[in-house]
Amino acid sequence: MRTSKRARIWLGVAAIAVVVWALMPVVWIVSLSFKHGDDIDNKQFWPTQWSWDNYKTVFGTDLFTSALRNSLGISLIATTVSVVLAMFAAYAVARLDFPGKRWVLVSALAVSMFPAISIATPLFNLWREIGLYDTWAGLVIPYLALTLPLSMWTLTSFFRQIPRDLEQAAQVDGATTWQAFRRILVPLAAPGVFTTAILAFFIAWNDFVFGITLTSTDKARPVPAALAFFSGASEFQQPTAAIAAASVVVTIPVVVLVMLFQRRIVAGLTGGAVKG
Amino acid sequence: MTAISIQHLTKRYGDFTAVDDVSLEIADGEFMVLVGPSGSGKSTLLRMVVGLEDISDGDLYFGDQRVNDRAPRDRDLAMVFQNYALYPHLTVYENIAFPLRLHKVDGKEVDTKVRKVAEMLELTEFLDRKPANLSGGQRQRVAMGRAVIRDAHAYLFDEPLSNLDAKLRVQVRTQIARLQNQLGTTTVYVTHDQVEAMTLGDRVALLRRGTLQQVGTPRELYERPTNLFVAGFMGSPPMNLLPAEIHPDHLGLPFGDIPFDAARLPASLADEDAIIVGIRPEQLADASLLADEQRRHGATLKGRIDVLEWLGDEQMAYLPFEAPEAIHKQLTELQKELDSESDQTQLIAKLDGASKAREGDEIELWLEPGDLHLFDPAGTQNVTSELKPAA
Amino acid sequence: MSTIAASRAKPKPKPTPHLSDRAKAERRLGWLLSAPAVAVLLLVAAYPILNAAYLSLFDYRLTDPGSRAFIWFKNYQVILTDNIWWGDFATTLFITVVTVALEFAIGLGFAMVMNRTFVGRGFVRTAILVPYAIITVVAAYSWQYAFANDTGFVNTWLGTNLDWFGGRWSALFVICLSEVWKTTPFISLLLLAGLAQVPDELEEAALVDGASWWQRLWRVTLPNMQGAIMVALLFRTVDAWRIFDNPFVMTGGSNGTETVSILAYRQTVGRTEIGLGSAMSILLFLSVALICFIFIKLLRTDVGRVTKT
Repeated sequence: MRTSKRARIWLGVAAIAVVVWALMPVVWIVSLSFKHGDDIDNKQFWPTQWSWDNYKTVFGTDLFTSALRNSLGISLIATTVSVVLAMFAAYAVARLDFPGKRWVLVSALAVSMFPAISIATPLFNLWREIGLYDTWAGLVIPYLALTLPLSMWTLTSFFRQIPRDLEQAAQVDGATTWQAFRRILVPLAAPGVFTTAILAFFIAWNDFVFGITLTSTDKARPVPAALAFFSGASEFQQPTAAIAAASVVVTIPVVVLVMLFQRRIVAGLTGGAVKG
Repeated sequence: MTAISIQHLTKRYGDFTAVDDVSLEIADGEFMVLVGPSGSGKSTLLRMVVGLEDISDGDLYFGDQRVNDRAPRDRDLAMVFQNYALYPHLTVYENIAFPLRLHKVDGKEVDTKVRKVAEMLELTEFLDRKPANLSGGQRQRVAMGRAVIRDAHAYLFDEPLSNLDAKLRVQVRTQIARLQNQLGTTTVYVTHDQVEAMTLGDRVALLRRGTLQQVGTPRELYERPTNLFVAGFMGSPPMNLLPAEIHPDHLGLPFGDIPFDAARLPASLADEDAIIVGIRPEQLADASLLADEQRRHGATLKGRIDVLEWLGDEQMAYLPFEAPEAIHKQLTELQKELDSESDQTQLIAKLDGASKAREGDEIELWLEPGDLHLFDPAGTQNVTSELKPAA
Repeated sequence: MSTIAASRAKPKPKPTPHLSDRAKAERRLGWLLSAPAVAVLLLVAAYPILNAAYLSLFDYRLTDPGSRAFIWFKNYQVILTDNIWWGDFATTLFITVVTVALEFAIGLGFAMVMNRTFVGRGFVRTAILVPYAIITVVAAYSWQYAFANDTGFVNTWLGTNLDWFGGRWSALFVICLSEVWKTTPFISLLLLAGLAQVPDELEEAALVDGASWWQRLWRVTLPNMQGAIMVALLFRTVDAWRIFDNPFVMTGGSNGTETVSILAYRQTVGRTEIGLGSAMSILLFLSVALICFIFIKLLRTDVGRVTKT
């Protein structure tokens, strides 16, 4: 639809406002991370002096580096497991006919509605009993409750968008099921699987509830939970700066991912309803 | 030798029967067209032949081998899908080469064959492009290329022209005809367009709601339709169907009386007081253009022209008429089934371009009574051939 | 006069349904492929809930396992007659209503911006998605420090000296602000999907008919997005009701900003009152189920789009 000159000006203003609103807190925390020492209390938006001190502190602490390692490892494992399981289920729902098909997606939807704390509290007790408390496995398992539903929903909608005709044409052309899967379905599904993996990773990376409920040491504590237990470079300093620096470090990868794959992420979350 | 033998094939989805006891023999090298309105089961039948649908009942033979339970991959058939089903991530070259690659054919041989097919279909300059960058007609040809390269037992086409615009459709239609002439392979072609059926088929099989209505050459279906449905389906504009009251010496039509000896009607219609009569638009002529000699020879109908379309070398005159309610319902229901939208019963006459008729005028239409098709009231039988000879 | 459209003369015997080998194989494959995912879902989600339901019937303190006793529904009775529970309930309700309403309005605006083509659309979309990707805890800290009395710039900019986190309503204000900032992208994407499906022609026809921008929005666009709107509201309401990260980090739940989730956490992990904490978890779970019920059955939200097979 043609937008009038006036509408375009409004659009421009709105776009700028949206960008400022969206990025302001991010810029703020970056700015905080560069404030050193007492500058923290300067109550201004920008630092009076830019310094890398906080980053040095943060990378010097075991707490942060082990939290980073934990988050990375646990999130990657949970993402991989989710995507693999979801891929099988999504293929079945999108392509095959079997009774109970509808319940697969309904159960995914239902589980996504469960409050995390309602799952975490019984696990707090259970994990202590069977020794999974404060372990990587103890987090990967409940993370699946967070990542599986979205993975299943996203992958199913991706698979559905691949025309059935293609596999049928391959069959008629003489392909075995495996050949059709490998030569036709896999290349076409790859972008969808990749996008789903990104979304699942975001969810796992973001978790806080399970992180603080099911861990007690830096053996398995992921970054969001670790941030809540941060202390500063010395006992007398507020952890504010350290937290800010740590926050920036864990935010960079996700921002980069968003920048690179913005289009795919939108496609994944809107089920492909929005083009480009 | 019969290439494909369809014997009493039936397809059921729960309570719904899509294909009902269809039997058809397709000879080697024959171009068989399966035609019918939407929902007639023609695509389902085709898919049963290729193996993408299970057969509920009946037998399918290729030559003397029963293939009911064979997977599509083992049937050695090539298919062109309605939406082309081109692999979007492969180039045109790779799309066409795909079947060969599956069978691990040597690279050099693949290249020779692909280029030969590309040349045949005028695709050589597009070999490096991906389907997204092709026009509809070009995609169509790639789909055909992929089918043709395999040298299969038979080619199956599932409404391949329905996604093309009118002009392109005519072009590709002739290409398909030429291709089949060149290759001489058995072809089964599904379409809802009776023009394609008439122009492409060696023989045509008309389906209605899953049942076979008539099989024969296009001419046979056009000139000797076995029932009202076939009569109304073949030909564009369609055959005019009019109610006719039976009188001892004439038939009473909405536009006039046609002299006719009722004694000629077969015994099966002895108790009826009305039948349905069919006459094709081109069999009606503007009486005023005829010499008196000729005019006396036939019969005439009079009516008022509601709409007149001038098409250059011919004109189409539309004359609406009132039919008794039951017939009106019957005829409009048939029209709906034939995928036409009209709620009105009308007579269509194809007039010579020289006719001076005008909209709103009364016109006298001449016809040869021998051209009339007579149908029983239920429309299930064309009794014209059963008429006793004129006295 | 008989008619053409007559049904077949001879009645066919009702066919016995039998599956071809291929259909049976397809069924088996379908079950085989979807079973692992469903099994894991049930295991990691359903099992803990059932466990919680079981434990909620006990008076069970983790640090004193010996005195564990079966007390039927006494835990529920205690909770539902406790002021703290209802206070937190009210807080959660307030946060839910306010954030969902704001997010809907702002999200709709975002969606409308994202729906138009213009130079730099990719950049704007990236910017809009960033809050979605950021860790909630990080966002919470960012907003907290911005409003904090000792480190923040908000007081400086506004020229005030307010202790934002000292009072209930000011603290809730910041919490809602942070929550809205963080989750609007998600609802805006859901609304964008709905918006993109409204055919341009409808809006153009309204334009030709003389409708103003506001009229077009209310009379043409929104009514045609109803399905997507209801689904978006359902998801967001359920999410908002479960809010935990933001208030926990910002205030720890003090000063009347505690939500139901935080309360359940405090009972279970803080006070190791497993029985009581479990009961709260169950109540939280049931309240979410109630919200779903209201949306799906009473407001006829069609989640069929998502579950359609």
